[in-house]
Amino acid sequence: MSLSRREFFRHAGSAGVGAAVGVATLGLERVEAAATTLRIKEAKVHTSVCPYCSVGCNQLVYSKGDSIIDIEGHPDTPHTLGKLCPKGAATIQLSNNPLRPTKALYRAPGSEKWEEKPIEWMYDQIAKRYYDTREKHFIEQEKDKEGKDVPVNRLEAIASLGSACIDNEECYLLTKFNRAFGIVYHEHQARV
Amino acid sequence: MTTNLIDIQHADVIMCTNNMAENHPVGFQWVMKAKERGAKVIHVDPRFTRTSAVSDVHVPLRSGTNIAFFGGLMSYAIQNNLYFKDYVVSFTNASFLIDPAFKTPTDLGGLFEGLEQTGKGGTDPHVAQTYNKTSWKYQLDAEGNPKRDLTLQDPNCVFQLLKRHYSRYTPEMVERICGIPKAKFVEVAKLYCGTSGREKTGTITYALNLTQHTNGVQNIRALCMLQLLLGNIGRPGGGVTALRGHANVQGATDLEVLYHELPGYLPMPLRDAHPDLKTYLEKETPKGGFWVNRPKFMVSLLKAFYGSSATKDNEFGYQWLPKRASADAYSHQHTFVDMYKGKIKGFFCDGQNPAVGGPNAKLARAAMQKLDWLVVVDIFNTETAEVWKAPGTNPKDVKTEVFFVPAAPAAEKDGSLTNTMRLIQWHEKSVNPPGDVQTDAQFVCTLAHRLQKMYAGSKKDRDKGFLAAGFNYGEKPDHPDMELVLKEVNGFATEEIADKDGKVLYKKGQAIASFAQLTDDGKTASGCWIYTGVINEGPDGKLVNKANAHKPGDEKDYLAHGWGFAWPANRRILYNRASADAAGKPWSEKKKLIWWDPEAPGQTPDKMGKWVGLDVPDFNAFLAPDAKNGDKPFIMRADLVGAFFGPLNDGPFPEHYEPIESPTRNLLSKQQNNPVAKIWSVPDKRNDLAPMGSKDYPYVITTYRLTEHHLSGVMSRYLPMLAELFESHFAEISHELAKELGIVNGDKVTVSTPRGKIVAKAMVTHRLKPFMIDGKTVHEIGVPWHWGYNGIAKGDITNDLSATVADPTVYIQETKAFMCNVKKGEV
Amino acid sequence: MARTLAMFTDTSLCIGCRACQVACKQWNELPAEQPEWTGSYQNHATFTDKTYRLVRFMEKPQPNGELAWLLMSDVCKHCAQAGCLDACPTGAIYRTEFGTVNINQDVCNGCRYCVSSCPFGVVSFNHDTGRANKCTFCNDRIHNGLGPACAKTCPTDSIQFGFRDELVPKAQKRVAALKELGYKDAQLYGADSNGPLGGLNAFFLLLDRPAAYALPEKPLLPQRNVKVDSLLAVGSALLVGVGALVAFRERGGATKDGGNA
Repeated sequence: MSLSRREFFRHAGSAGVGAAVGVATLGLERVEAAATTLRIKEAKVHTSVCPYCSVGCNQLVYSKGDSIIDIEGHPDTPHTLGKLCPKGAATIQLSNNPLRPTKALYRAPGSEKWEEKPIEWMYDQIAKRYYDTREKHFIEQEKDKEGKDVPVNRLEAIASLGSACIDNEECYLLTKFNRAFGIVYHEHQARV
Repeated sequence: MTTNLIDIQHADVIMCTNNMAENHPVGFQWVMKAKERGAKVIHVDPRFTRTSAVSDVHVPLRSGTNIAFFGGLMSYAIQNNLYFKDYVVSFTNASFLIDPAFKTPTDLGGLFEGLEQTGKGGTDPHVAQTYNKTSWKYQLDAEGNPKRDLTLQDPNCVFQLLKRHYSRYTPEMVERICGIPKAKFVEVAKLYCGTSGREKTGTITYALNLTQHTNGVQNIRALCMLQLLLGNIGRPGGGVTALRGHANVQGATDLEVLYHELPGYLPMPLRDAHPDLKTYLEKETPKGGFWVNRPKFMVSLLKAFYGSSATKDNEFGYQWLPKRASADAYSHQHTFVDMYKGKIKGFFCDGQNPAVGGPNAKLARAAMQKLDWLVVVDIFNTETAEVWKAPGTNPKDVKTEVFFVPAAPAAEKDGSLTNTMRLIQWHEKSVNPPGDVQTDAQFVCTLAHRLQKMYAGSKKDRDKGFLAAGFNYGEKPDHPDMELVLKEVNGFATEEIADKDGKVLYKKGQAIASFAQLTDDGKTASGCWIYTGVINEGPDGKLVNKANAHKPGDEKDYLAHGWGFAWPANRRILYNRASADAAGKPWSEKKKLIWWDPEAPGQTPDKMGKWVGLDVPDFNAFLAPDAKNGDKPFIMRADLVGAFFGPLNDGPFPEHYEPIESPTRNLLSKQQNNPVAKIWSVPDKRNDLAPMGSKDYPYVITTYRLTEHHLSGVMSRYLPMLAELFESHFAEISHELAKELGIVNGDKVTVSTPRGKIVAKAMVTHRLKPFMIDGKTVHEIGVPWHWGYNGIAKGDITNDLSATVADPTVYIQETKAFMCNVKKGEV
Repeated sequence: MARTLAMFTDTSLCIGCRACQVACKQWNELPAEQPEWTGSYQNHATFTDKTYRLVRFMEKPQPNGELAWLLMSDVCKHCAQAGCLDACPTGAIYRTEFGTVNINQDVCNGCRYCVSSCPFGVVSFNHDTGRANKCTFCNDRIHNGLGPACAKTCPTDSIQFGFRDELVPKAQKRVAALKELGYKDAQLYGADSNGPLGGLNAFFLLLDRPAAYALPEKPLLPQRNVKVDSLLAVGSALLVGVGALVAFRERGGATKDGGNA
């Protein structure tokens, strides 16, 4: 998404003010140049949805290169009118955060520390755990209440939890994967 | 929710039973707008919160007594003739006659007819009782239709049973049980019952305040029944305002990341009840209502899961689906009890933090420490990922292998989220995720591809389904094109579909436009039928993603149908047929939403008449009010009417029982707790419960969230801007209790239950007050549950205090009302 | 000279969510600080050099047994007669063409006279930079047609931003409406340009006495209430006083409602 200049002013915080003062020239020599330079002016803009509560506030995400530089409410959103709560207003720190790990981590049994691992190694190892556990514990058939052997194709040794924080498409893929793999402990936050 | 946040502005009274201003501040603007237009706001909450601060009336009620309150309101409406009779007679089952053998707790000492000792039930011996429900049914006429008495006088009609059932819920009884002074209750009853009738409407908001109880589902039913009684469902300014906690609780529920269902609210097959597809469809397809279409949705789902391998000859792959051993298994709480018992070896945890966020979190952590392996996918290094570092744990003793995969937040990926009003909205990827950060979709597809490679060539039946399931969307297999995933969810034609004249309706692979066009013959695939219509595709293959539509609302379309896509079929207010009377005319000009226009062009050129108005009809748009079932708005129910008499496992009417842990005997009946509630026995004293009136645990405790933090805190305690807003974990304590215990504001206090204890600072406040319960003082404290041992803001885990107990219908926890002790200092 | 811009904070609409406080930090890239125990939800206890918006939480039991929880988002008032501006010996503090009061970081010498001159405790000294800091109404935004971050995000429109000559009548109407609804103590604070400090460009609607919100009942310029304790200070004060007078004369138009001088 890109905003035209006209649209840009539509995103002023208050109706009317943008058009009136948007093009004001600076009258005072002492005004610092930095204080009036808008850092998002040349930025790319994408629409997003706030990842916190369920109101679904649309956001405008401003970025330069691979850095997000600002996240604000999307003023056109009919049910939010561009507002955000404190969590929504802090969304940028989900991306730009010194505590955020960007490498995969492995902790061996009994170990007291994490080890950084290549992501390919992680996938191989995780797939192996899934495979081995399924091979060892899969329940193909079971007796029904009449004592007859019936197919159940169930895997009870792996449980899956989450998430109400991921996208619809991701939920669908996870459900499809878990069910196709035989997983029955399949839950997310809606139950708690 | 049945309604829409924008529409709250049209309410005359808003009753918040949850803490909406704090937990949904941006949605709350519509409450404030209604208030500015003259609406009254009632806040029912044990605590005086930021919602109370801007409400007209605050009604403090002891935690765990909502059914007594709602029952009191229903009784008040019935006794004072304040219910909306025309609506109730036309649109609900109030007039239906019930089997004379059925008895309510009024006559059976707090129990419904049909309670049975089951001894052993499900997978756990602790379930001792269930209802057999044999008398919980309508009387039928010769043709099999329910008998009715439209005068509502028959002693066996639902209305008379309802009246008799709630006759015990007097204002005096409400005062004794809830601790709401009678005068205040009557003030609120008058105010809210004022929303009855043609000209007025009111909405009730709720969240986890009502659900997290051992009668959680009955709480919601009680709320809905009150709304039906006052004629508030399906009308502008009315409805049930259900406020979900996460950005995608609604979507994750629709797509059924839940043990008991498949996407689109289709039951997950049970071993004994559903041995094959034919039996499944026969048992689960009702004779009336929209669910008669269930076979189309189920077969289309199987086609979406298993693709071309799903054929008529192999029951569309039905046998590949895992079959549940019991209906009483696999829920969140079952998971951690079974994990603790060693049954579960590997655990995948994505975007959830059960080390902090679930009930009896201490049990959850101990359970996870017994796993062979644990995979955590999250934005931050959660307490769950570091469960081997939990306080009191020696990492050397934890033999669990842990894999942590860093994940991307919404701003770094494409996808859709479904908000609390069923609105599906798209978000765009703005930047590439840093380093080795994976999207969740990328993770699932990559893992699936690796595993499919490992199983490749397997001839075993059990592997066929997994190998048949496709995880390729677009050109890069491990980087799925999310619009193509959404297209599969939406549904598409698996082969060319033509009408009876041979005209091509859909080319092979083309997205289906409406769930009405899904079929049960394998010609359509759809991953979640209720989402059908979110993607449109012309014959040229160009996809139109309606989740990404951004047309703001205006005066002509206040519900903003051009913004996102609300399931089902972009309907913004559910059951909106009820906004017009039986004859199809708006109940009032002021409260009109949709109505029957006999002059409008009909379905075919030779016919006239259509439902028109301000919303997409949640009804057959061409079904005239005087046609058969043209006056029945509740299309998802087999009998097409709103249910006062309902189907839950713990009774057809909500009945007040005390929480499993309570300071008092049940003042309404001799039945103390929900007789069919689920209580797990867990080894090693990990789920001990305080007996009623325990001197060791004399105070009621309720747990909750704050505006500035998010759930278990992973998305807030790790963010400097949010972490700085509270100094530390705290417990809110009344001045009265603080005085009794010699506590001053800022003192450290120890809060304990039979499961665990935490240390927090005391925030001594006027916002909590002791309750007078049946003449005795009962103190209640409040403790938020956001803190844990990782992140910037750290603190003890409140959920270490709560128990592993559940409601019998959906197995939700009871963390809004239980018992604790409070002591000054760290003890 | 442009029309005077103002911020009207209507505390009757405030839900104390602190979105304004966070949006301010986010936009102005202000670092987080160590929180402190204040006994309530409020953090921090006062304005700081890194916290320009501050939501206050005050419990006030009512005579009828009910409780009022007064919630208010506080901010720099951008006073028409600004104590900080008057006190600044270097001219770093200036008034913009919109009537707002800013601190030029390049000119500020860190003397902190402004800190003690603010009747509201708004201006704060930044020990990292050695300069004074405070709210600018998001100077960069308002010079580019965007409202301040706090007003833009406020979920309930408790914070409204616009032209002062439009906001004041709106605020007056709101007071009348609230009084009719029974809020007998509803009042405006700082809206009157003939009132204390020549009116505040961030003015408030309160539901109780100003003191209930930790606001001075009658804010005064510090020159009238600060005890002068050295000859040097007297000299400075005289100098500052003259400067202020000149400054005020020069920019008086900007402080008058609807003035277009």
